Amino acid sequence: MAEMVEVANLVKKFKELVAVDGVSFTVGEGEVFAFLGPNGAGKSTTIKMLTTLLSPTSGSIKIDGFEVADHQDEVRKKFGIVFQDPSLDDELTAFENLEFHAEIYGVAREVYRPRIEELLKFVELTERRDDQVKTFSGGMKRRLEIARGLLHHPRIFFLDEPTQGLDPQTRNRLWEYILDLNKKEGITIFFTTHYMEEAEKVARQVAVIDRGKIAAHGTAEELKKLTEKDSLEEAFLQLTGKSIRDEEVSGADRMRQHHALWRR
Amino acid sequence: MRAIYILWLRQLKRYVRSRSRIVGSLGQPLLFMVALGFGFGPVFAKAGNGNYIEFLIPGIISMSVLFTALFSGVEVIWDKQFGFLKETLVAPISRLQIMIGRTLGGATVATLQGTIVFLISLLVGFRPIGWWGLPGAWGIMFLMALLFTALGTAIASVLEDMQGFQLIMNFLVMPLFFLSGALFPLNGVPPALAAVAAADPVSYGIDGMRVLLTGSAHFGIVTDLLILVTITAILTTIGSYLFSRIQI
Ligand SMILES: Nc1ncnc2c1ncn2[C@@H]1O[C@H](COP(=O)(O)OP(=O)(O)OP(=O)(O)O)[C@@H](O)[C@H]1O
Ligand SMILES: [Mg+2]
Repeated sequence: MAEMVEVANLVKKFKELVAVDGVSFTVGEGEVFAFLGPNGAGKSTTIKMLTTLLSPTSGSIKIDGFEVADHQDEVRKKFGIVFQDPSLDDELTAFENLEFHAEIYGVAREVYRPRIEELLKFVELTERRDDQVKTFSGGMKRRLEIARGLLHHPRIFFLDEPTQGLDPQTRNRLWEYILDLNKKEGITIFFTTHYMEEAEKVARQVAVIDRGKIAAHGTAEELKKLTEKDSLEEAFLQLTGKSIRDEEVSGADRMRQHHALWRR
Repeated sequence: MRAIYILWLRQLKRYVRSRSRIVGSLGQPLLFMVALGFGFGPVFAKAGNGNYIEFLIPGIISMSVLFTALFSGVEVIWDKQFGFLKETLVAPISRLQIMIGRTLGGATVATLQGTIVFLISLLVGFRPIGWWGLPGAWGIMFLMALLFTALGTAIASVLEDMQGFQLIMNFLVMPLFFLSGALFPLNGVPPALAAVAAADPVSYGIDGMRVLLTGSAHFGIVTDLLILVTITAILTTIGSYLFSRIQI
């Protein structure tokens, strides 16, 4: 299987804080890959580097064989992304947000017109097509962002906590859509989540990152075997220590968490 | 090209949809026209300076252009905070294209606002000396709009959030307006004030519009244009540079 993502010795420093500390991993084409870690572990920072938003302090990233630093625009066409924080224009309608996306990605009009209708139907927003996004609920916004990320036919889809704050029904439906896409179109899925059952259910490969370093990498089964636990949740806690490190934390850890919480 | 167009269109849509903002931002110029124009008119005429409304209107139009353009530029901060900026930054287009699209959009919006204020001034009794001057006055409005959108973008690119906003208002926008020749003739003011006004790009925009709308000049249209074009070029370059360095 060809590699869709190849990351080698990736480092990102914010002044004295090392947010990502020498991370290496690969994600195969067509894979469903969960990137797990506690708050402030460096997940979003890694995704931002993979998607050209941040430049790494050092290390190399290849997406579908292209070095990200040297082929920004090729790489940008290849991925779709749903950010952890909202990124829609609230003043525009659902349709206009999608149209905007298609235009800046240079998708031909004849191609994107039907594609938009198809995607709106897919995420069940056809009826709200011409409503301003500021009238949408959190779940509807999330679905719209997913539709938008898929609009230009990406080869890999990054989802940074796509189900955060959603009710269980919506979460299930979302994963149905996404896994369906993975199966039908072979899109590689790269996601983060704090729901371990979710990761265990949908991911075929899991990497656990903690304090900027990869703590483990493999299938959920492999991680459970490694830690001798029965569920991914327990394995995760074993690998990363307590879920929130209030006690006996070092100054640096406290700073990471403080930063992570306040940056939301 | 398509990317620039859709970025431009987005600014326009946002402007047209914010009706309360449009109406709100027309109150101030109207107030200035009525209170200052009619209030100081008699004194101004007695001092032998002619019709104050006529003198004031180009200044008020410039004020609207200045405010609207600067705020359009500063909207980059909103986009940072509300996350939409990320959507444009990961797209397969250059930062320069984003900057151009945004700046043209902001400048168009500011020019529209200036045009509305001009139309209001007609209601208050203002008459340009000739219709031939209007296209030129429009051009100057657009040039000023570009200049201040670029300035706003440059500022917004280095600010993290809206906290610095009040600072900009008090220490940049207000002085730019009040220290220009918007409200008083620059002939015969103390040399220090004249020097400050001469360093304020707003003065040249206003002067250019006065030439074309009322036929009076302080610096002269050639100087006005040269200065405006030069400063616009410089600020656009600086703005593009700072914008290209934004890290999320
Ligand atoms: N722009 C920035 N400037 C300074 N520090 C940053 C910046 N972005 C992230 N950090 C810090 O880097 C560390 C990793 O943050 P990151 O957002 O990658 O964590 P995360 O794993 O996504 O956490 P969460 O689960 O809370 O989303 C945190 O300590 C955070 O405070
Ligand atoms: Mg995160």
